[in-house]
Amino acid sequence: MSADTQGQQHPLSLYFKVWGLLFVLSALSYMVDYLQFQGLLRWSLILIFMFLKAGLILSVFMHFVWEPITLRVALLVPTLAIPIFIAFMAIEGNYTMTSRLMFLAG
Amino acid sequence: MTEMNSKPQGYWQHLVIDWSADKEAFKVNWGKVMMWVFLVSDTFIFSLFLIGYMNVRISATEAWPLTSEVFALVVGGEHIPLLLIAIMTFILITSSGTMAMAVNTAYQGNKNATFWLMIATAALGFSFVGMQAYEWSKLIVEEGIRPWGNPLGAAQFGSTFFMITGFHGLHVTGGVIYLTVVAIKVKLGHYDKKGFQIVEITGLYWHFVDLVWVFIFAFFYLW
Repeated sequence: MSADTQGQQHPLSLYFKVWGLLFVLSALSYMVDYLQFQGLLRWSLILIFMFLKAGLILSVFMHFVWEPITLRVALLVPTLAIPIFIAFMAIEGNYTMTSRLMFLAG
Repeated sequence: MTEMNSKPQGYWQHLVIDWSADKEAFKVNWGKVMMWVFLVSDTFIFSLFLIGYMNVRISATEAWPLTSEVFALVVGGEHIPLLLIAIMTFILITSSGTMAMAVNTAYQGNKNATFWLMIATAALGFSFVGMQAYEWSKLIVEEGIRPWGNPLGAAQFGSTFFMITGFHGLHVTGGVIYLTVVAIKVKLGHYDKKGFQIVEITGLYWHFVDLVWVFIFAFFYLW
């Protein structure tokens, strides 16, 4: 094996810290439901905990932050299409619902 | 190697030099690059499922069933919302931890520890699938939820639920088999000469399955 394929080696203590954080964040996102938070507070908390958890798994467990910039850009740029599609389909969904309420209701 | 060695290279210079060079662009293990490319494509598949779910949930005129109630468990007379899903979430996170440790021990050459950590990961994944099977049968038999309708509200609930969790469960099942195979091959010494990148690559897949669950948990169960 050549030197450039040595792989990702990081101290176990880092993994344990992230592991603990993931447990705390999961417990917190469960509490959002358990305490029955509603509306904007509920959605923003769900999204914050979700992105923190996803970010930790991706960057540390999947070693993404230690990969070369070339690979990171190649993997991240295509996913930019996803938020655009989310926006399109949200607009479309609202249009469908409005049409249903206008023409199909009652 | 490169003629640029004398100059300190900046962040973006690196990218331009790597991509414009007439050689391999990604200076990492090729198997790892292939796994990453697969995972990006898988990201799109799960994104499409979740976007489809968002679209039908927005456009549904009937009320969406309350997931907090649908997935509640009764433990000792107590009604605890979303309990099973919370346990499944913790199990998957625990398995991610054991997987991360397996990658670490593999690079240290500790094959025995790697084998057992990977088997532990697979066992946790298997228990996850078992709980999902229980969840599905409970929903089908007791709650009467079908892909084409349910007594609780919007008909789209069933179709998106079975599609999304089913596809994720399939990924977990595949991961359990993948982990078991690689773990046994590690123990048999198949990677002694090749190096243990395969454990890191298997780990990438497994962490991705956990990553997808984070999004399903947030958007399907909590939203």
